[in-house]
Amino acid sequence: MTEFEYAPALESRSIVTIKPQYGHFINGAFTQGSNHFPSINPSDEEILSHIALGNAQDIDAAVDAARVAYESTWSKMSGKERGKYLYRIARILQERAREFAVLETLDNGKPIRESRDVDVPLAAAHFFYHAGWADKLDYAGFGESPRAHGVAGQIIPWNFPILMLAWKIAPALAAGNTVVLKPAETTSLTALLFAEVCQQAELPAGVVNIVTGDGSTGAGLVDHPGTDKIAFTGSTDVGKAIARAIAPTHKKATLELGGKAANIVFADAAIDEAVEGIVNGIFFNQGHVCCAGSRLLLQEDVAEEILAKLKVRMAKIRVGNPLDKNTDLGAINSSEQLQKIRDLSQTGDEEGAERWSPDCILPGNGFWFPPTIFTGVTQAHRIAREEIFGPVLSVLTFRTPQEAIDKANNTPYGLSAGVWSEKGSRILWAAQQLKAGVIWANTFNKFDPASPFGGYKESGWGREGGRHGLTAYLKEAESNNE
Amino acid sequence: MSERLEVKKTYKLYIGGSFPRSESGRTYEIRGKDGAFIANACLASRKDLKDAVVAARSAQASWAGATAYNRGQILYRIAEMMEGRRDQFINEICAADGISPKDAAKEVMAAIDRWVWYAGWSDKLSVLAGSTNPVAGPYYNFTIPEPMGVVGSIAPEEHSLLGLVDAIAPIIVSGNTCIVLASSRAPLSAITFAEVMATSDLSHGVANVLTGQKKELAPWFASHMDINGLDISGVDEPSMISDIKTAGAQNLKRIHSFNGAQNPQRILAFMEAKTIWHPIGV
Repeated sequence: MTEFEYAPALESRSIVTIKPQYGHFINGAFTQGSNHFPSINPSDEEILSHIALGNAQDIDAAVDAARVAYESTWSKMSGKERGKYLYRIARILQERAREFAVLETLDNGKPIRESRDVDVPLAAAHFFYHAGWADKLDYAGFGESPRAHGVAGQIIPWNFPILMLAWKIAPALAAGNTVVLKPAETTSLTALLFAEVCQQAELPAGVVNIVTGDGSTGAGLVDHPGTDKIAFTGSTDVGKAIARAIAPTHKKATLELGGKAANIVFADAAIDEAVEGIVNGIFFNQGHVCCAGSRLLLQEDVAEEILAKLKVRMAKIRVGNPLDKNTDLGAINSSEQLQKIRDLSQTGDEEGAERWSPDCILPGNGFWFPPTIFTGVTQAHRIAREEIFGPVLSVLTFRTPQEAIDKANNTPYGLSAGVWSEKGSRILWAAQQLKAGVIWANTFNKFDPASPFGGYKESGWGREGGRHGLTAYLKEAESNNE
Repeated sequence: MSERLEVKKTYKLYIGGSFPRSESGRTYEIRGKDGAFIANACLASRKDLKDAVVAARSAQASWAGATAYNRGQILYRIAEMMEGRRDQFINEICAADGISPKDAAKEVMAAIDRWVWYAGWSDKLSVLAGSTNPVAGPYYNFTIPEPMGVVGSIAPEEHSLLGLVDAIAPIIVSGNTCIVLASSRAPLSAITFAEVMATSDLSHGVANVLTGQKKELAPWFASHMDINGLDISGVDEPSMISDIKTAGAQNLKRIHSFNGAQNPQRILAFMEAKTIWHPIGV
């Protein structure tokens, strides 16, 4: 039988126009910015643009603009009108979806298939969903006339840049807050394009401000006396630092942090579906997913069968140019992240786990790591305890359901978990026992604006999405929580 | 005929269903508002707190696993048992707080009624804070509130009995277990209240009561890595609040403070939302 190879199917990048240099978006207009640093395409290390490093003056200006917009415009506007702005933004994101998808893939390294089919449509959906809340806040669970916090300082990661922006900005604005958002250092471009969307939507100046920069810029935003609410998605270490930084203040915070999710496959699972779910769980977005199913727990009876099928399936994963519509696994977002993945994988070798990757040719330039599994992993191994945040799966086994639960919960994290079984009562039992905020049963890595997302324990504070997520941006009219 | 000598109570801690003395062997004097000696209370130590956390952790899964109906009945049973000891609580509060018997009676009745109020929430929380979520795809998706685990609680200094109820009931009604530090100034009714809990079918370890100094114990509550949440309604000093939040960041404790109002947010603050997805298909 003839094997047909996939022909390259490159998405055109002509739809995007990237300026050589960007400033910040403050009070409805772009500034010059200073101390610009290069932003590169991680798949080939091409310099895409130069991004401004936000300093104390920039943060002051952005927070002041947000405060003035909050006091003078946004908090005085009816929920109905606020909602209409959000609907406009959702529609413009849909209109310019292809442009956002291509830019996201260029800047982040993720496959165009994912930015096109997941990140951008979900970002638009988040605005559409929250738009409808803006004039219905009385039903959000805090009684009549709940209040906004004021100015929200929001810091987002590089793994889902435009989607995380939507998760942060949409509920904040719907609840009546104004925002200063800092995108991740390596992925600022779609946030800056979003600033243009705000202009097209004629959003009042200062309601959304975007200050680019690195960790120091983010820390400046957290520490700024003018921010009332902090929302952060990123590492648990930084989340803890933020919790400490705001300890002496009255600031509220939501933190979406790390995870080390167990993906549990019981012997009675639909094996082929489970294998697809395992692949989706760990290789979606190069494993740069806080809720990735990075610890695979296989019931012993089926472990060999599943591993054999998993290896066959992994050999079919197409690694390469993220703009190719056939690509499954794109580039690692940065050289720093690549080094971290390499280092942790090396500890897997050193601690006695067995590494396997399919034969695949990695591009010469850019940052790449092959899809990888480690078998013979024990709970004490670093690759079973620490978040690798890359396409690396640690495989453990179990005999009894209780052992699976004990192993799954044996982590300071508690963001997500997966369960695979064809038996309803077993699934519900496992879902009940797992200490995690999101349980995917016979599926994995599904997201929706109506579905609350967030973790137990050291995976963070609060939820995003659904009514639960909205409440993080509200407080009671007569607060009993102060 | 000589006057009968009263048999006085030794006030101890309440940990894992037992009434031990502090392992430290320390006590401190409790005096009424008029300065008269009332009793010695245990001055609980960090080790007592650790023991209480172990007891609370061991009790948590089965308490959370009890049906909401069962938990509601047990909380209601606490109200029943308190009612039977009304006079004892009134006398203790009169002595400790120097208030009139009439005011003390009011507080005790409010405390009993508050147990009744919280008891009724046990099987309504998922209606209040749960949801089915209409996601854009063939999935059944729902969110349920779940207890957080082990929660510490620092009760207010004033309203020592009512404050204690608010420091325990909203935490345990959902299936959490707790360790409460009673009012440092007036801890005795808390220990009498522990006797109520001990006779209300409340499983050992679900609620544990320490008496001692806030200043000494609050930092250990804050830094204990097996405490998931902390109610600091009894802490007023801004510097202590800041220190507690700073130490609590080490395991990202959920730290909250409330005023005395009856509010289901007190319950929900110590619950986690769990969202479950399952495909729909033939």
